[in-house]
Amino acid sequence: MSWLHLIIALPFLCAILVPFLYQQFNPRIHTGWFILIVPLIIFLGLSSYIPAVSAGKIFYLTLPWIPAYDINLTAYIDGLSLTFALIISGIGFLVIWYSIYYLSRLKEALHNFYIYLLLFMGSMLGLVFSDNIFVLYVFWELTSISSFLLIAYWYEREKSRSGAQKSLLITVFGGLSMLAGFILLSMITDTYSIREMISQAAIIQAHLLFIPAMILILLGAFTKSAQFPFSIWLPDAMEAPTPISAYLHSATMVKAGIYIVARCTTIFGGDPAWFWLVTGIGLITLLYGSINAVRQTDLKALLAYSTISQLGLIMSLLGLGSAALYFQVGSAGTFYAIAIFAAIFHMVNHAVFKGCLFMAVGIIDHELGTRDIRRLGGLMHFMPVSFLMILVGSLSMAGLPPFNGFLSKELFFTSFLNALKMPFFNMETWGIILLIAAWVASVFTFVYCMIIIFKTFLGKKKDHKLKKKAHEAPVGMLIPPLILAALVVAIFFCPNVLAQHLLQPAWEAVLPALAATAPLVIKISPWHGFNTALLLTIGVIAAGTVLYITYEKWRSVYRYYPEALTLNNLYEWMLEKTEAGSRTITNWYMTGLVRDYLVYILGFTILLVGGTAVFFEGLAFDSSRDAAVNVYELVLLIGMVIAALTVLLAKSRLTSVIAVGTLGFMVVFFFVLLRAPDLALTQLVVETVTTVLFLLCLYHLPKLRREKIPLRFKAVNGVVSVAIGLVMTAVALSANSNQLFTSISGYYLDADKLAGAKNIVNAILVDFRGFDTMLEILVLTMAGFGVYTLIKLQLAVRRKENEGTK
Amino acid sequence: METCMSIIIGILFAVGTYLILSKTLLRIILGTSIIGHGVNLLLLTMGGLKKGGPPLLGLNTLTFTDPLPQALILTAIVINFATTALFLVLSYRAYKVLGTDDVEQLRGYNDE
Repeated sequence: MSWLHLIIALPFLCAILVPFLYQQFNPRIHTGWFILIVPLIIFLGLSSYIPAVSAGKIFYLTLPWIPAYDINLTAYIDGLSLTFALIISGIGFLVIWYSIYYLSRLKEALHNFYIYLLLFMGSMLGLVFSDNIFVLYVFWELTSISSFLLIAYWYEREKSRSGAQKSLLITVFGGLSMLAGFILLSMITDTYSIREMISQAAIIQAHLLFIPAMILILLGAFTKSAQFPFSIWLPDAMEAPTPISAYLHSATMVKAGIYIVARCTTIFGGDPAWFWLVTGIGLITLLYGSINAVRQTDLKALLAYSTISQLGLIMSLLGLGSAALYFQVGSAGTFYAIAIFAAIFHMVNHAVFKGCLFMAVGIIDHELGTRDIRRLGGLMHFMPVSFLMILVGSLSMAGLPPFNGFLSKELFFTSFLNALKMPFFNMETWGIILLIAAWVASVFTFVYCMIIIFKTFLGKKKDHKLKKKAHEAPVGMLIPPLILAALVVAIFFCPNVLAQHLLQPAWEAVLPALAATAPLVIKISPWHGFNTALLLTIGVIAAGTVLYITYEKWRSVYRYYPEALTLNNLYEWMLEKTEAGSRTITNWYMTGLVRDYLVYILGFTILLVGGTAVFFEGLAFDSSRDAAVNVYELVLLIGMVIAALTVLLAKSRLTSVIAVGTLGFMVVFFFVLLRAPDLALTQLVVETVTTVLFLLCLYHLPKLRREKIPLRFKAVNGVVSVAIGLVMTAVALSANSNQLFTSISGYYLDADKLAGAKNIVNAILVDFRGFDTMLEILVLTMAGFGVYTLIKLQLAVRRKENEGTK
Repeated sequence: METCMSIIIGILFAVGTYLILSKTLLRIILGTSIIGHGVNLLLLTMGGLKKGGPPLLGLNTLTFTDPLPQALILTAIVINFATTALFLVLSYRAYKVLGTDDVEQLRGYNDE
């Protein structure tokens, strides 16, 4: 147990307290004020690790959980996990603060909200710190579950529920395939620790299962990080309260996939398949997200698509940077690895400016009751502070100075320009296409950033379309986004503080081998002359402005896209078909008839018992030890067969009951002949009483009807019965023929000495196995009570009925 | 003898199973009863038949039939009796209250 483990466990522990706090203090004090302390402690606690980590130190702390299976809670702090954890706790702090004003303490179920939020925070921290793949997977799925709960927070809305379901289905599907990928990796390397897997990267790369493991893990990462074509869940997840959208669905949870890809870069990086999959999917997502964002009219949906596109951007950079591990790369590795640095840098920047944007949009939604662009406009004079935040966030996202987005956008272009020079992976031909795709996506990014600013805050005010009067939010609500806006500017002016303390160590954590041989020396500066990257940015601004001004003229292009071909339709179709299919299958075999279920049970008995006997060569037939058969026995045997068949064919109840009785008495004879006097006596008594009981009940039960069973059913019944008979015969024969070990009965033959009894069977029942007999008597008593009450109860009912009629 | 017994056991099981699969409660009860006999004989046969005298000390024999299956069967007979009795009364009650002894009509509620 260490401080770090406590930090990870803290949100979970505090989640237990939430209901009590809520009960005690709501509605006097907003529950959020108590929760606010948790991320603050975590943030400060983690900050203390910054100096050591930036000096290159790595912490590796183990807490045994299931040591027998080599599954331990191993926390692993390096630059990458620390950067993520600081984002999680830092943004978490601001989001909780913001939520205090966003969620009314009088109307909302705050205790649920904060429990889910803490659950998420804890599992996200656990995810980034875990070294053991199974622990990591558990935390991974916990984030999916808490995301599900938070999206469905307003569960009375149909859209919230369907959005939550969609996100859960997609991310859990990815999580499961990631687990399969991890298991493949552990089969290759014989370890559950990611760190040890990384040290065996060469073995993994040469293994046959390399590509399947890679694809499975990427499925997990792509579904979580909303990459194309799994991105459809993210816009629907916007049904969650805005603090959640800002926190889970832009700053942290959707970055989990980025984290996994970055973590696994050392394992898979350098392979062309990894390079093309990550870069390609990332770029497609970047384009898809930015082009779709432009057409949105709901501000939150627009931000959702922009998040998808930005995640694609980060993903594509991670893919480009993985080329640094290609075996022929030589000394140019660090040159390409700038892309990884750009990815981490942009990830931090995105968390900051997108958090700010989401909170600002949340303020608009909260104060005006709508976030539809068509109803908004001219808000600048009424909400100046919000305008400022939107302006800072959007311009940063568009990649303009003096905001942090500009710096990472420049690095983004630099990385693509560097990639042009790759002499492998066919980049001579493809490099320029990638660059063009990245540039086009940036143009669309610029366009939608302008839409956010100009369509909401400038232009004519549309009062008649608003439910509430426009006014600024309370001060407390403005502070968290303002802090983020200030950070956006601060990072632009002193990026190297961040780079030195967090980004550089994070880069080294992604590429440890490269960091040891050829460390990255990078100094981010806003101005580095008129280079190609800057020219590209200027081009983006020019083209973007033109496109924005002429937007009304070309927006109709979107209408040409056939509605039936969307991914959402595919998802709906699959969901519908799966539901219908499983219902058909279930209805087909769950008939509700006892007879059918019995047939299944008996069928499986035949298969399992018979199959096992055949498969493991348990069948045997050896009649050499058989006792002789004499005439009475033969007669009795034939009599039993006749009695049994009579029961089967009897048309009247009396005949069948008497036949069963006869059968029982023949068994008594058998017991006599087979040297079992006690059994014979007992059976005689029991059989007599049973027959009497049957005859008593006959008086009350209806006559046997001819059962109208379809021939098909009869045939199945017959086949199953005969098969059961055959299996039992085979079992009986084999049991006799396979004398695997000698009987244990020899011990009981000393009954006289051990228990002072002459009758061995009685001694076994009352002495050696006395407890069994006692419980048997208990069963008999219970059955007796059952019989008694069943008869008595009826009398009571009848009496009451009689009184009623009188 | 063991071979003959094994065949009889198979027949008893087959008849019992066929009865259990039918619709009438009475037939089902009779089926369980017959399967009970089958099980008892199976246990007895597995221990070997007529390998010596009855398991009573003090008789003038040196070998005894295996006593352990007999002890097991004794328990089985009694339990079988208890369940048959309960089952019988239960079906009688069910018929009185619900007016049918057809298992297909005793399906209870449709919970969908």
